[in-house]
Amino acid sequence: MLEIKHVSKTFNPNTINEKKALKDITLTLNEGDFVTIIGGNGAGKSTMLNMIAGVYPIDSGTIVLDNENLSLQPEYKRARTIGRVFQDPMMGTAADMEIQENLAFANRRGQKRGLGWGVRKDEKEDLQKALHRLGLNLENRMSDKVGLLSGGQRQALTLLMATLKKPKLLLLDEHTAALDPKTAKAVLELTKEIVEEQHLTALMVTHNMRDAIAIGNRLIMMHEGRIIYDVQGEEKKNLTVEDLLIKFEQASGEEFANDRMMLSK
Amino acid sequence: MDISSLLTAIPGAISQGILWGVMALGVYTTYRILNISDLTVDGSFATGGCVAAVCLVNGLNPFVSLLVALVAGLLAGAITGFLHTRCEIPAILAGILTQLGLYSINLRIMGRSNTPLLKVDTLFSKGKELLNLPSQYVAIIIGVVLIVLLVACMYWFYGTEIGSAIRATGNNERMVESLGVNTKTTKMLGFMIANGLVALSGALVTQSQGYADVKQGTGAIVIGLASIIIGEVVCGKRRNFMVRLSTIVVGSILYRVVVAMVLQMGLSTDDLKLLTAVLVAIALTVPVMLEKRNQNARYKAHIEG
Ligand SMILES: Nc1ncnc2c1ncn2[C@@H]1O[C@H](COP(=O)(O)OP(=O)(O)OP(=O)(O)O)[C@@H](O)[C@H]1O
Ligand SMILES: [Mg+2]
Repeated sequence: MLEIKHVSKTFNPNTINEKKALKDITLTLNEGDFVTIIGGNGAGKSTMLNMIAGVYPIDSGTIVLDNENLSLQPEYKRARTIGRVFQDPMMGTAADMEIQENLAFANRRGQKRGLGWGVRKDEKEDLQKALHRLGLNLENRMSDKVGLLSGGQRQALTLLMATLKKPKLLLLDEHTAALDPKTAKAVLELTKEIVEEQHLTALMVTHNMRDAIAIGNRLIMMHEGRIIYDVQGEEKKNLTVEDLLIKFEQASGEEFANDRMMLSK
Repeated sequence: MDISSLLTAIPGAISQGILWGVMALGVYTTYRILNISDLTVDGSFATGGCVAAVCLVNGLNPFVSLLVALVAGLLAGAITGFLHTRCEIPAILAGILTQLGLYSINLRIMGRSNTPLLKVDTLFSKGKELLNLPSQYVAIIIGVVLIVLLVACMYWFYGTEIGSAIRATGNNERMVESLGVNTKTTKMLGFMIANGLVALSGALVTQSQGYADVKQGTGAIVIGLASIIIGEVVCGKRRNFMVRLSTIVVGSILYRVVVAMVLQMGLSTDDLKLLTAVLVAIALTVPVMLEKRNQNARYKAHIEG
């Protein structure tokens, strides 16, 4: 499904700010894998997702999705089959456009856009149904500007937009981190539902180790630009937060003490 | 101020406002919809005028020469678009470069710095024969017909898939890219449409004033901004898109009326550019100042309450 082979990325090479953000990453995802990614600040989690999405070019290696080599494709081309939700709730929607305009825009992912209506009459009903499942009562506010919504509502909408046209791969980068605990929980539940329903292949970065264990069928731990732990199936289900901490210390040889991961239970 | 001579100046001001309003619609495309300041405008406005004049002098139909001018504007916009999106030159600089280059190109197009349209038919001279009205009224009628058509076209276009993509680009580029649209393309289109409209306006102004001048675009961008901002101040910002487009033309007309008034009050045309610059600077500052004042007032109210 997704094959990442020997991908490396160095930011600002040959300067004093040189940063090896990804070091020879190799990772293969199977169809339907729902992978959670954990790791300390600066471990390279976001960079890995950005490399897959094509935000920056990779220095070496290959990224192949569904037998299509993406390595040199620009971001917008990859986006035809890759759905994304960002950490910042403002990032995934157009504030000055209506809810239905945003949805209809997302509904045309991967299609040629022409001089047909941006929001067709006959698609409104489908969009409304899709909104209804969010349970936020947005289906009655289709013509409201997205800028009027709260961060949580916008993030739920972004999630819906990212999956409206079934993507081959869904990338979630701490997409609940900016939300209050209750909203975060709701958006996370929604994520699980949508991924299961559509049998999506997904990568989800989180700082919450409990979520990382509870959600999905596979877990990856990153540290200093490498994948240091990769576990799936039964073994993953039986993990505890303690196990993860020990694993981390073993693999990295460092104390976890003042890392943010420690704080989230 | 002499009221009666002011009143006689008003129809002319209105017709000017309408014809220049087409340019303001173009500026709106980049400045408000794409959220980019495009300084190509001063050059492409003159390009429109020069191209139309040369077409007319060479016996082309006045309407066809408008279309040729429009195409020239699309090309001018494409150059800025290319410099900005492909060469990654900051938008303002890209616009300045094109504008500068266009000055020479415009001179080349005309072969001199000024082309009078004395013995050739223009849209307006033909309209005058047909309608048998004073020229200002003919210009108003032709202008209104064109503006209605253009506003309808723009209203339709920005409701289409491509139009929505351009609007979304001005709103949130990252989102547009993440949903599979190349923002280089949408920006390019925006630059082209904007300068196409600007050149069309230049061609209309040339036909109505009866000459083209290589300097006729100087300060056009600021006048465009003035029209947009005056329209927003007078009619409010949050409104239906059709209304917003119309308010730009209203802004453009009001600008011309104000200009006519200050000219009547004895200011010379040489002072106009300074006046316009000051006007726009004030109009851009006022909302910022008001917001700051409100913010401070809220803070104080909070402390005291
Ligand atoms: N555009 C960039 N330019 C330069 N350095 C970058 C850039 N993006 C990331 N980095 C660096 O690469 C390293 C990995 O960053 P990344 O954002 O992938 O970490 P992360 O695992 O997502 O961390 P966090 O948990 O804080 O989000 C960091 O040291 C970061 O400073
Ligand atoms: Mg990150």
